[in-house]
Amino acid sequence: MIAALLVMIGISLLLGAVLGFSAIKFHVEGNPLVEKIDAVLPQTQCGQCGYPGCKPYAEAIAKGEADINLCPPGGEEGIRKLAELLGVDFKPFGEGAGPKAKSVAFIDENICIGCTLCLQACPVDAIVGAAKQMHTIIASECTGCELCLAPCPVDCISMHTIPQYIGNWKWQYPTHSIVQVTAR
Amino acid sequence: MRQLFKFHGGVHAETHKAESTRTPIAQCAIPSKLVIPLHQHVGNRAVPTVQVGERVLKGQIIGRPEGRLSSAVHASTSGTVSAIDMQTVAHFSGLPDLCVTIIPDGNDEWIPHSGVDYKQTPHTELRHRLREAGIVGLGGAVFPSDMKSYSNKHKIKTLVLNGAECEPYITCDDLLMRERAADILHGAEVLRELLYAEEVLIGIEDNKPEAIAAMQQAVNDDRHARMEVIAVPTLYPGGGAKQLIRVLTGIEVAAGVRSTEMGVQCFNVATAWCAWRAITYGEPLLARIVTVTGNVERAQNYEVLLGTPVDELVVQAGSKPDTYKHIMGGPMMGVDLPSGAVGVTKATNCIIEASPAMFPPPQPAMPCIRCARCADVCPAELQPQDLYWFAKSDNFGKTQEFSLFDCIECGACAYVCPSHIPLVQYYRYAKNEIWQREKEQQAAELARERHEYRQFRIEREKQEKAERLAQKEKAALAAKPPAATPLPVAADQNADPNNTLQMRVDTDIARSNMQMRIDAATARAKEQAAAAQPKNTVALTPQQQAEIAEIEARRAKFHANASHSGADDESSKQ
Repeated sequence: MIAALLVMIGISLLLGAVLGFSAIKFHVEGNPLVEKIDAVLPQTQCGQCGYPGCKPYAEAIAKGEADINLCPPGGEEGIRKLAELLGVDFKPFGEGAGPKAKSVAFIDENICIGCTLCLQACPVDAIVGAAKQMHTIIASECTGCELCLAPCPVDCISMHTIPQYIGNWKWQYPTHSIVQVTAR
Repeated sequence: MRQLFKFHGGVHAETHKAESTRTPIAQCAIPSKLVIPLHQHVGNRAVPTVQVGERVLKGQIIGRPEGRLSSAVHASTSGTVSAIDMQTVAHFSGLPDLCVTIIPDGNDEWIPHSGVDYKQTPHTELRHRLREAGIVGLGGAVFPSDMKSYSNKHKIKTLVLNGAECEPYITCDDLLMRERAADILHGAEVLRELLYAEEVLIGIEDNKPEAIAAMQQAVNDDRHARMEVIAVPTLYPGGGAKQLIRVLTGIEVAAGVRSTEMGVQCFNVATAWCAWRAITYGEPLLARIVTVTGNVERAQNYEVLLGTPVDELVVQAGSKPDTYKHIMGGPMMGVDLPSGAVGVTKATNCIIEASPAMFPPPQPAMPCIRCARCADVCPAELQPQDLYWFAKSDNFGKTQEFSLFDCIECGACAYVCPSHIPLVQYYRYAKNEIWQREKEQQAAELARERHEYRQFRIEREKQEKAERLAQKEKAALAAKPPAATPLPVAADQNADPNNTLQMRVDTDIARSNMQMRIDAATARAKEQAAAAQPKNTVALTPQQQAEIAEIEARRAKFHANASHSGADDESSKQ
């Protein structure tokens, strides 16, 4: 009887030790779910979700504090992906919120006074310039977040929609015109 | 007799080749204008090197190749450049692209040019000549030939010359082989030399007996060694590079593998001919053979200057009035041209004039009945019905699992589909969407990296600032003891009011010293600013100078306004 008890206690202590050891040894830093959510987000860092960047929004979603339909640049497909990842229902965008056409910022260099305010606002360092020097946008790095528009004291930044040209044209989903058929 | 192999599937479409092979190749007259797109090849768009109003000679480079994968573009005849702008080009989208428009002067005056003997010339120079001559694959893929004629990485054993021309209606390669067989074979020798290939296999579909005979005759006449003309069975798409290689050599080029890795390289016969002209005579690619057929009076092959508007070409063949669209290429893989004003490009092997009777508008698509006829004919051994299913439901991951990117878009599946489903369109849609997503993913990755680095940088700057402050404080503390030593004395004399006065005088002196130093520094800075000349104002155009003057004037006005209002402020204060 006592021997059996001792054996059971021994086994439980041993297994406990193994579990405790592996918990330390294979400890995962941070919440892996945040990384997965962050990978789905479009990384525009625009703050339209109400959080200061994509990572904070991902953290908020992971904690269950934020809804999944707050990211307009991700589009409906982004919401679908998040819904699938988190195992929740798809939720459409709220009133007035929704994806816009992709665009890049443009600085009118005749008006720019070189104040560097937009440089400080750009989340991805896509604006080149220095104090009292002309600023310009690196179009290929610009995420179109519009965060540089507000701080500009002379309103010289505008958003330009990326036009369609042969290089970015793509095949559309095949659609067929409906043909009227005479009734028999 | 060589043993031939088979590829999976294929269709026997009506060939319609007899109409345009009755007469020899005709010269297309110099048109009233040439619209030459600067992006006629795979890779980067050529950069225009001419200006509007400039006179150009036949063979002059008007677009210089940009980057590694690119090709030159030339003026097809002498004349004057009338525009360099966005014009509609032969593309599925119907969108405009950068074109050079030339008004020919009718003299057809050549730029001085000369060729080399390919046996005496280093390979690097030969490849450079191909690039500068704008030689690209004329079978329709328009891949720059200089990039295809390397053999340093993989040992090329076999050079396959593609004269299969499997697509219905097209006969340009057929006629070229009949009339210019000797030069095609010379070109093949140049390419063999560049690739260090041992044997040359020329594959021609057996519905072109005249071409086969002409090529065989040329091989015998010029005693080409290890060169073989092989008749391959007529079966669409037997002219696809992978399919022809399979038929001739039995080598199956695996997915995601280039044929060069298996020791085979494939060139079109017309490419070989142009390469020969470019190397031996220094003639760049200025014209190509185009089949004009379909709803025309005289279906025929024409040697057409690149850039000739399609409208002016089809008039010569007698396009009938009930033509409702032009198809560039064949009926299986061709492009419906957005307008007749587009110029002939290096990819234009055929123009089919379509009448409603010959090419009725596509019938409405009906549901897939899963008959799997498409799977029977797919030359890439795919499951088109599954690909369609997944592409239709935007399940792009699954399409990739089912090897969507091995699809060569030959259209055999859509040809046999009893439900008239535009299958190829679905595959193109899915491919484009996948590429788009990959691009977006890369952009997001880049943005994330830059954002994280920015945050790291801001954090680091903050830390450095804090450290600097801490050090300053430390230094101030360290400097204090010597300053503190007189303090006890001062404290001792604090009782004496005179000494307090003395201290105040001391601080006053220190303050005025500081002021003097500040003034001196300001004066120095002003001097430096006056001495420094802006460096970017040398050699400006009058237009730029005018602009600067205008800006200066505006600035002066602002200054005047500012000082004026400043004066107002001061006066109001007083």
